[in-house]
Amino acid sequence: MKNASRLKKVLDAGKFAVTAECGPPKGADPEVIFKKAEKLKGYVDAVNVTDNQTAIVRMSSLAACALLKSAGLDPVLQMVVRDRNRIALQSDILGASALGIRNVLCLSGDHQCFGNQPQAAGVFDLDSIQFVEVVRNMRDQNVIAGGEALDAAPDLFIGAAANPFGDPQSFRAIRLGKKVRAGADFIQTQCIYNLERFETWLHMVREKGLTEQTAILGGVTPLKSAGMARYMKNKVSGMDIPDAVIKRMEGVPKENQREEGIRICVETIERLKEMDGVRGVHIMAIEWEDAVAGIVENSGLFPRPALEQG
Amino acid sequence: MITAEQKPVDEIREMIAPYKRVLAVGCASCVAECAAGGQKETAILASTLRMADKMDGEERLIEEMTIDRQCVKEFVLLLDDVLEKYDAVLSLGCGAGVQAVADMYPEVPVIPALNTEFMGETKDQGYWTESCLGCGDCMLYYFGGVCPLARCSKHLLNGPCGGSMNGQCEVDPDVPCAWQLIIDRLEKLRALERLEMIYPPKDWSLKQGKGPRKIVREDQQK
Repeated sequence: MKNASRLKKVLDAGKFAVTAECGPPKGADPEVIFKKAEKLKGYVDAVNVTDNQTAIVRMSSLAACALLKSAGLDPVLQMVVRDRNRIALQSDILGASALGIRNVLCLSGDHQCFGNQPQAAGVFDLDSIQFVEVVRNMRDQNVIAGGEALDAAPDLFIGAAANPFGDPQSFRAIRLGKKVRAGADFIQTQCIYNLERFETWLHMVREKGLTEQTAILGGVTPLKSAGMARYMKNKVSGMDIPDAVIKRMEGVPKENQREEGIRICVETIERLKEMDGVRGVHIMAIEWEDAVAGIVENSGLFPRPALEQG
Repeated sequence: MITAEQKPVDEIREMIAPYKRVLAVGCASCVAECAAGGQKETAILASTLRMADKMDGEERLIEEMTIDRQCVKEFVLLLDDVLEKYDAVLSLGCGAGVQAVADMYPEVPVIPALNTEFMGETKDQGYWTESCLGCGDCMLYYFGGVCPLARCSKHLLNGPCGGSMNGQCEVDPDVPCAWQLIIDRLEKLRALERLEMIYPPKDWSLKQGKGPRKIVREDQQK
């Protein structure tokens, strides 16, 4: 890459990276993005912008990334293959790079039936692994899918997601291996509450040598309440929240549950920092950007490393 | 087989409302197998419509017949002798059947009585499942006989996604995760190495590259 993102530079420097998430608004007001940016600035290395998450129509991820960039943050453009075919995806990759966006996260996306447009056609022309490979070839080989040459290659640090808690467990490391071979430079995981199962996965991933080839950022989400914990356990697919965590949340009075959620989150990060093969943390404070600064500070991850300009 | 389900009677009645002499035409092939448009279903629908007309005091002739294959010209020709008696056909064929009849008789309104659903299998009595998209380039060998395009909700060729839990698809707990099925099958076939391969993007030009598809075989033509 000619113009490395801040995220890439931090990882290349061997520092423990911190990313956060910014969900675009259900509207056209750019101020929402700028307000979220203010809360995150200085506390994180990069900010993921979700792409119509849970299949709910929101401001486009690409536009919100451009806004974040203008506010001085390093955006990670999340792109799902649910809504766009390979023509549109590749076109947006070129556009993102032209706008100075330097990170992309290639995802399948939540199925359209979960959102507010259940009548929409699901595209899924590429899958997430194919998408990673297409972007890698655009960047490194200067070609689009099918092999036609580009005038100028996009300059992007390529990420993908992994769910250490999905089934079948034995296949999860194999699938991550495919993502890495396809070209994933970094991996952000599903929210970690079950540290034991995460470590089992990490062990398998390490055995395959994948932690040498990609930077794994452990995903965390602070719980706001015991109710939220129960909801996520029962309703959000691919989520593994042990009963002990739910009990712990239930064990404190309602008004203190947010604090407890943050405490659990910080403890999880402390554990992740110690694990061989985890190179950063991805904090997904869902519609709770206020919480991020405190979590970063309490985890001993503030201030963020200063980097040389260039 | 092509599966289908009958449209709601009210919707059918609305469509046949302008016509006074209607021939309900069943099809004894796929839609008979899935109990939507065979001889029996055609007789039941015709009598339901006659009864509804009677209750509403409407004068309409509704008769029925069933042909072996509504999507094959030779069989559709059987309608030649009877059609002049009617001013509309209510077809209980699949979408192909409806269009085959419409194509043969440009002057006759042909009304669909069914919603055509998918290419699938009869799993049990009253239970049909989708199993083929007709992509034009069968990949079932690689996936142990389970099609991820037809049976994975996200058509993933390199699945499963993160939503596969306990063998179920995140979209609906009643839907088995196709990728769990693929992995289980390949394990039994001792062919798990096929899972290590990155399957490239699907070539959809074989399905939709030049509009509606046709097969032309000179060896079959007289």
